[in-house]
Amino acid sequence: MKRSFSRQQKTTIVFGILSIVLTLVVLQLWLLTATMNAYLAGQQDVIVPAALASVVCFALNLGLLVYVYRMERR
Amino acid sequence: MTTTAPTRTTPDQLSVPPDGRPYHDQPQWRNDFPIDWPQDEFVARRDFTKFLVLTSFAFVVGQVWIVLENFARRRRGRLPVRHIAREGSIPVGGAFVFSYPEAHDTCIAVRTGERTWVAYNQKCTHLACAVVPEVAKGSLHCPCHNGWFDLQTGTPTAGPPRRPLERIVLEIREGDIYAVDREIRA
Repeated sequence: MKRSFSRQQKTTIVFGILSIVLTLVVLQLWLLTATMNAYLAGQQDVIVPAALASVVCFALNLGLLVYVYRMERR
Repeated sequence: MTTTAPTRTTPDQLSVPPDGRPYHDQPQWRNDFPIDWPQDEFVARRDFTKFLVLTSFAFVVGQVWIVLENFARRRRGRLPVRHIAREGSIPVGGAFVFSYPEAHDTCIAVRTGERTWVAYNQKCTHLACAVVPEVAKGSLHCPCHNGWFDLQTGTPTAGPPRRPLERIVLEIREGDIYAVDREIRA
């Protein structure tokens, strides 16, 4: 059974999710700058793993956003 | 004619829409622009999260672009051999600018001795300003942010640059100077 939250609880949850998403976005920013630096220096080893890590971060972020919208509808 | 005052449908609800129906039956704009402060806080955080997810997607696009650029660079294979000057036309300590491998890749060659040359991509590795040779100081100087590179090796010696300049490999055949390759270094 899916639990329905009060508005105060929803606000707390969305704030927690916002904090996680913000952390992941900062991580992605770091990944992008490090990858660009490696690409310009001709180091090819890190490019694909960094891209995969960034895709995983985005997937997590998207999942959390979908959760926020589903929670709001309940 | 009597009218009934709208009533709250949930304990969370502070204000009541004019038609009295619950919020989930209201048009979307009424949910996106709430009157109640607590609901407004929720919507503001939700929308900021949405904006951050969009930013996250933009970062993924950037990463994929780097992967594609790297793939294209690897497929390009060996660079062309290009004649850039006659050896005798430049005095010792002199320099000239040429393009290699593409027309927009401006490079600089310096004659450091009777039989010795060095050539680098002219883009500073900090923010891509053009570097200029300071042969007397044995350096290449970027005037934009006062970056310095060693003339013999192209490695950064002072200022903001952290990576060495791209080195252009030269060959001298019967008095003609050819650019034959490019070395991107960490």
